[in-house]
Order: sequence, then C-alpha cells, then structure tokens
Amino acid sequence: MIAALAFYVFAAILIGSAAMVVSARNPVHSVLFLILAFFNAAALFLLAGAEFLAMILVIVYVGAVAVLFLFVVMMLDVDFAALRGGFQRYLPVGLMVGLVLLIELGLVLSGWKFLPEAASIRFAPGVSNVSNTAQLGRLIYTDYVFLFQSAGLVLLVAMIGAIVLTLRDKGDSRRQVIARQIARDPNHTMVMMNLASHVGTKDLGYLRPTETEPEEAGDMPEQDHHEHAAQDVARGGHH
Amino acid sequence: MTNWTTMNWTLAIPEIVLSCFAMAILVFGALWKRESFRMCSMMAVGALLVTAMLVVSNSSGIGYRGLFTNDSFSGFIKLLVLVSSALGIIVSLDYAEHENLRRFEFPVLIMLCTVGMMIMASASNLMTLYLGLELQSLAIYVLAAFARDQLRSSEAGLKYFVLGALASGLLLYGISLIYGFSGSMAFDRLATALSDPTKASPGLIVGIVFVIAGLAFKISAVPFHMWTPDVYEGAPTPVTSFMGTAPKVAAMALLVRAMATPFGHLLPQWQQLIVLVSIASMLLGSLAAIGQTNIKRLMAYSSIGHMGYTLIGLAAGTAVGIRGVLIYLVTYVFMNAGTFACIIAMRRRGRMLEKVSDLSGLAKTDPGLAAALMIFMFSMAGIPPFTGFWGKYFIFTAAVQSGLWTLAVIGVLTSVIGAYYYLRIIKVMYFDEAHEAFDPRPGSLTFVGGVSAIFTTVFFLFPAPLVGAAEAAARVLFG
Repeated sequence: MIAALAFYVFAAILIGSAAMVVSARNPVHSVLFLILAFFNAAALFLLAGAEFLAMILVIVYVGAVAVLFLFVVMMLDVDFAALRGGFQRYLPVGLMVGLVLLIELGLVLSGWKFLPEAASIRFAPGVSNVSNTAQLGRLIYTDYVFLFQSAGLVLLVAMIGAIVLTLRDKGDSRRQVIARQIARDPNHTMVMMNLASHVGTKDLGYLRPTETEPEEAGDMPEQDHHEHAAQDVARGGHH
Repeated sequence: MTNWTTMNWTLAIPEIVLSCFAMAILVFGALWKRESFRMCSMMAVGALLVTAMLVVSNSSGIGYRGLFTNDSFSGFIKLLVLVSSALGIIVSLDYAEHENLRRFEFPVLIMLCTVGMMIMASASNLMTLYLGLELQSLAIYVLAAFARDQLRSSEAGLKYFVLGALASGLLLYGISLIYGFSGSMAFDRLATALSDPTKASPGLIVGIVFVIAGLAFKISAVPFHMWTPDVYEGAPTPVTSFMGTAPKVAAMALLVRAMATPFGHLLPQWQQLIVLVSIASMLLGSLAAIGQTNIKRLMAYSSIGHMGYTLIGLAAGTAVGIRGVLIYLVTYVFMNAGTFACIIAMRRRGRMLEKVSDLSGLAKTDPGLAAALMIFMFSMAGIPPFTGFWGKYFIFTAAVQSGLWTLAVIGVLTSVIGAYYYLRIIKVMYFDEAHEAFDPRPGSLTFVGGVSAIFTTVFFLFPAPLVGAAEAAARVLFG
C-alpha cells in the first residue's frame, strides 16, 4: 500500500519535473528540474529493488553530469530566445511527425504479444540473499574482470592520446612549484604600517615576492611537460 | 565444452606482462628529465621480445570464464604481431630523430596497440573481440595523427578516427543483433546453437553481415577501403609501416576466427560475401594502383589487393585455406616491413621523398637499397622463388581444392596486372637516369630491410617450420 503510494508520488513528480525541464523559460531552472527528475528516478529504482542503480544514478548523473550541465548553462552565454525563434514556424511539422510516431507506437503496442518463453527470461535470474550490488560486482569484477581491465587500457590509451595530441608547453605556462610557495616569506608581500585615523595612505600596488626566481624555460627539458596539467595555478595567488 | 567456472589467470600472462611494461615505460618516460625516446624505444623492443618468449612458453586452454582462449592459432598470430610491432618500433627510431617526433609515447602506444592485437588473437567472445579491436584502433588513430604539426598527419588521424568509429558502430550493431537472435556472445555457445544451419534466423545473418563489414573496414577490404590511401599517405611513414602490418594481421585473424569458430556451420551464408569482397579487393588493388605516383599511396592500394588474396583462403573455408592465410600473412608482414624500411630510407638532404620518380637510377647510387627494394617488389608481384609467390601458391591451391575456380583465376589475373606497377618501380630504379644520391641510411633501417630481404629470399629453402606451424594453427579452427 505504502509502496504503491510512494510509486505514484515519485512517478508523478518525475513526470512533472521532466515536463518542466523542456518547458521552463530559464535554462538554469531546466537543469534544476532535471536534477529533481534524476532524484525521483533514483527513488523509483529503489522501489524496484535496484539499490545499486539508484545510487549510481544519484552519484553519476546528479553529482557529475547535472552539475556539469549547470556550469555549462551558466558559463556559456547561449541565447535561448534565438534558439526558440523558429518554434512557431516548425510547430505544424513537428506536431505532424509526433502524431505519426504516436500512431505507429499505438499500432505496435496493440499487436504486441510476448512469447511464453520470453516471460520467464524477462527478469535476470536473481540469487536470493545476495544484494544486487554484490551481484553486479561479482559480474563486473570477477566474471568479466578481463573485459574490465581491457576497458581500463582503452581509457589509458585515450588519455595518452589526448595528452600527446594536444598538450604543448611553450615554456611560458605558469607552473605550480609547491616548495617555492611554502618557502615564501610574508614580509615580501605584506607591509605593516600604523596609520592615523582619517588619513589615507598612497597605493602601494601589488607586492611581488622579491627573491630572484630561477629561469623556468631553461631548466625544464622538453619531456617534462607531461607530468601534470596543473600549469595554470598561479604562484602565490596573485596575477 | 568450456569449463565456465575456471579463471586460468595465467593464460593471459603475456598480455598482462606487456601492458605492465607499457605502463612502466610510460611512467619512466614521464619522469626521466632527459631525452628518453631512444631509451624507451629500446626498452619497448625488449619488452616485446620478452612477451614473445612468454607466448611461446604459455599453455593452451580457455580462461577468464570463457572470454579468452589460447591455442596454436592465437600463438601463431601473437608471435607474428609481436615481431611486426618490434620492426615497427625499430623503423621509427631514425625517422623520429629527423622529423622531430622524439616522444616516448610513441613506443608506449605501439605496445598498448600490440596488447589490443593480442587480445584480438585470443578472443573467444564477441565482447573480448570488440574491446581488443577498440584498444588497437584507438592507439592507431593517435599514432596516425602523431605528427600533430603537419596538416596531413592530423587529417589522416581524424579521417581514420571518424571512419573507424563508424565501422565500430557497424560491428557493435552486428554483435547486438547476433546476441539478440542467439542469446549468447561466447563463440563456443554460438557454435553449438548454430550447429543446425537451418535454424539460423535472418536477423542473425544480418548481424553476421554487419560484423563482416566492421572487420572488413579494419583490414581495408573493398568496399570499406576508402580511408586507406589517404591515411597511409598522411600518417608518418613508420606509422604507415606499422599500420600496414600488425593490425592487418590481427584483424584478419579475428575475421578468420569469428567466421570459423562460431559461424563455421553457416559457411554457405558468409562464403558468398567473402568471395565478393575478395574479388572486389583484388581488382581494385591491382587497377587503382597503376596510376599512383606517390609510393605510399601505391602501397595502400597494394595492401588492399593483398588483403583480397588473403580472403581467398578464408573463402575456401578449409584447414588448407586457413593455412594459406597464415603463410600469406607472414610473407606479407616481412615484405611490407622491408618495403617501408626502404621508403623511409628515401631521404635527400634531410627531406623525406615519397614519389616513385625519386627512385630513378637508385641502382647506381645505392645498389644495396635498390637490390632490397627489387627483392620486395618481385616478391609482391608473386615471382618465384620469393615468399610472395609461395603465399599466393598456398592460397590458390586451397581455392582450387575447394572448387573456387573463378576466385583462383581472378586472383592469378589480377596478380599479373599488379605485377605491372611493381615491375615499374624496378624499371625506374635500374634503367632510369640517376639522381643525386640519398642521404646515408641509418643502421636501424638497414637491419629491418636486411632481415626482411633475407627472409623473403631464402624462405623457400626452409619452408617446413613455418608451414608446419601454420598447419597446426589452422587445424584448431577447422579440425
């Protein structure tokens, strides 16, 4: 009873927020509704007993993808009004295509019959007393460990490829040297002075560390640039 | 039948060791402050040799819950792939110095590519097949674009990547159809399920067609050859040399195993397709190469033709045919590696040359190089006693034994046509006006060219070990 109630609540919110994703005027709102939709879908997975999928949906989609979307939407200045410009003009064609698809879907579903054998294999054979997280883990990390590791190698090649083909070090990139950051003396960049009240001081500008910095381009060999990509971290924090 | 519960971890020891070596060299190259290209390349060659020894000493069997299989067929292919990868690295040594490509990722990528090809050779499940293929292809895409400051190289990499992704899509679609219509992706289960060919549904046949299409792209057989000339021409020459040998061998092995093991009972269904692809490749390879002036493009068309000949052996569908395929692949690898070593030696005043006319009068300025190239060209044309002739001999015999007369006749005719452009290169070298001499060639190229030339020439004296090994390997697939 409660499960059924929960299902309908989650499903209704899911559909409602999915509709809002496409109809919200503000793209940021769209992404926020998308996150809500993901959460409700995860809840539906939980009700169906697929707790691992539910957690993955939250971690991967909400945690990474949706937040990434949000950043993209907020950082890129996309003119959504212009994108919607052709909406009125293409509406009749779009509606017609949708109608045809709907009719076809109806035709397919009305004539659909499951084979009697199909009903028995529709659900993956579950092992009782083992959670599906354990089952998936067993499948991926034990039965298919060879494939899992091969896929890891494929990703390694992709990473090497991206670095080889795109990373160039012209010698003027700013590199983080932690030792130098730690060795800095506050006296180099900070001036303590006593000021009388209601009297200003003249602008001192930015204070740079005074110790002589070693020439960077010279002592860095060519190969060195593959070490890490953390090159844009400014030293000491001011540009 | 497979024992589905055993892992047999040790079966994949060569692959595991080679990937560990690759990662170790990667870390070494990244941390070593000084010039590390040459040292990493040497270590990579050493790692490939160690792996080859492990392959020889490894046992046969099925491991990883039926995903991976070791037999004399996979062992044969793995050794061939390892040797041609090592040749590929050696050939790149000098080129990289001249063209400013001294980057330690080059040997690392070749090693990871080799791991992919070894997985392909051992695949006994459609998923393993796909992952091995993808590991190999991805590394090749990067290698093709390795000279990133040259427009041609970037174009080659991008073109290969986009078309290769399309081919992978075709392959995956085919695999999904096969899985959907048969319920398994394991080769031996598929073979059991299809032991009665009348039960094979049309959907399954369509799936097989898609798989053949995807794999035909990787071996650049007509009609999936469009990328080959452009990519061969644009990629850095050592990469072209590597691309033309090892991956072709691995993809061909994959095609042979996929057709022979799970779909062996459906021979009449896929045979027609392989026959068509083979005829088209032989025709295009011999006719389109005639007009080429760039020797790398010419080699691209030549490789299309050679893949056509190799497919004859598969179309025969017998152990004799597969034996022919394996022998042909061995001869092809050495001819190709040797020819490309000669092409990389074509350098005048520090600049790479790629035109056939640049070879004119080579016999007077550099008799050694001219003689080596002549041996390879005679061999490719199929003139006895060089290996190319024996490769074709074993293939055509198998075709005749299986009653594929048309295929054999077309094969002989196209090799006569193809002989024209191979012999033209010899004519240019020996009878045309001499140009200025090439730059002195480095020892690495002399080594690769020499080893290949010796193998190509004297193979007919000691054919027994190779033919015996190929026969044992072929028996695994067609008992």
